[in-house]
Amino acid sequence: MALQSLDIIRRSATTLPSPEIREATGDATVAKLIDTTKCIGCKACQVACMEWNDLRDEIGTNVGQYQNPHDLSASSWTLMRFAEVENPKGDLEWLIRKDGCMHCADPGCLKACPSPGAIVQYANGIVDFHEENCIGCGYCVTGCPFDVPRISKKDKKAYKCTLCSDRVAVGLEPACIKSCPTGALVFGTKDDMKQHAAERIVDLKSRGFENAGLYDPAGVGGTHVMYVLHHADQPMLYSGLPEQPQISPTVRLWKGFSKPAALAVMAFTALAGFFHYIRVGPDETDERDEAAAQEMAKKSEKAP
Amino acid sequence: MTDPVLGMNEADRRATADPERPDTILRYTAGERTNHWLVAMCFVLAALSGLALFHPALFGLSGLFGGGPWTRILHPFIGLAMVVAFLFFAVKEAAQNRMEARDWAWLRHIGDVVNNREDRLPEVGRYNAGQKLVFYVIVLCLTALLLSGIVIWRAYFSLYFPISGIRVAAVLHAFCAFVLICTIIVHIYSAIWVKGSVRAMTRGTVTPGWAWKHHRAWFREVISHAANSRPRSD
Repeated sequence: MALQSLDIIRRSATTLPSPEIREATGDATVAKLIDTTKCIGCKACQVACMEWNDLRDEIGTNVGQYQNPHDLSASSWTLMRFAEVENPKGDLEWLIRKDGCMHCADPGCLKACPSPGAIVQYANGIVDFHEENCIGCGYCVTGCPFDVPRISKKDKKAYKCTLCSDRVAVGLEPACIKSCPTGALVFGTKDDMKQHAAERIVDLKSRGFENAGLYDPAGVGGTHVMYVLHHADQPMLYSGLPEQPQISPTVRLWKGFSKPAALAVMAFTALAGFFHYIRVGPDETDERDEAAAQEMAKKSEKAP
Repeated sequence: MTDPVLGMNEADRRATADPERPDTILRYTAGERTNHWLVAMCFVLAALSGLALFHPALFGLSGLFGGGPWTRILHPFIGLAMVVAFLFFAVKEAAQNRMEARDWAWLRHIGDVVNNREDRLPEVGRYNAGQKLVFYVIVLCLTALLLSGIVIWRAYFSLYFPISGIRVAAVLHAFCAFVLICTIIVHIYSAIWVKGSVRAMTRGTVTPGWAWKHHRAWFREVISHAANSRPRSD
């Protein structure tokens, strides 16, 4: 059904191309821009996400910090991560980052997924999980360079931020964007978002954040969720945002070269057997062997 | 020589052979055959369900198990069953599978082996070097498959391991399964190739000619025990 929309450009565990007749004009991809320098950590986006997607996580416990819940989960698709960092001048910096799916252009989850159509990438760049096809193996968790997908304990299906693909499909912006009171979250075409980020970065540099920059990592082909960071040279400061994320070479080996190669060698092994039988033939036992065996047995009986 | 587990010596093997054919030799007891086929069934099911998750072209195999989620649920349990069944088998057979000098000599004649020139080969005991290597490959692969399989068993164990470890385990699991599947293809083909082997593993018995031709040192052992313990009337 999803393929009928002609909006899917990539589909997990599918060896043939998706329907390609519709050609996008210009850059039709969308992006969410998260400006960490404007974020006040109010968590309105977390609430909006819960409301729109109708999700209620379990009530956790307070461990004396603002970050709540402590981690992403099958029912918490976005989360403000609070990092208290002491800068070289000895001042405290409170770096707050809205975490969630980055919607990679080259998604590791989709590459790792073994179930046809459980993970799709739309023409607008959104990477979405189709839970009806999810088998719950957790390979997407292994494939993701950002540690985002979560397997539900309730139904063993994988969940993550959809970038509100349902809203975007009908011309609305994602729920989190709607809720942001400071304009730290903006949504539009990826080109527009880059331009907006560039203006913000000029402004930040003029205010003394000389390493301000855009986080749109090339290792995963760029992302459709981007950050403006005050310290773009040290993304790790933001609760471990990876510096050069990429699909792990192990996963690429596993889900790339080894798949066709292993099948080919297995098929070759079986074929080698078949043609050995055809060319050399079976190894049979005949009367001469039986006679020789009798001979040997007789000798053995005569021996003391 | 008395079998350490079954308490059965080689003469007993002859004595308990097919009563209809007094000149046959019991190569595999009913227990050994049952154990072998339990391992074999588990292997086939584990391989088919594993291949369904390995390559998209084979995902259709998941239909045999009731769909994708059921394949994901069943595969690790089938694997565990195979490990347990093979454990019993390995304990029984380990002593018979030690590589000896004549086995290395046999391997050096691999060209004669595959061309059915058995007259040029050194004498073979109960198992030949190829069978012994298959045994060791299975031991190693199943051990690695068990350990890596636990790490990638999402429902119960993956949460205890870091993602980098799970990635390595996934590749290791796929690699060992690949080696094991290729090995078993060779194992199955060998049974088709060497006539009489399938009968040995289904009905238990072989003819003296078969034993003399393929496992002469073992045949010698069988007849010498038979001669010592149960002299025939003629």
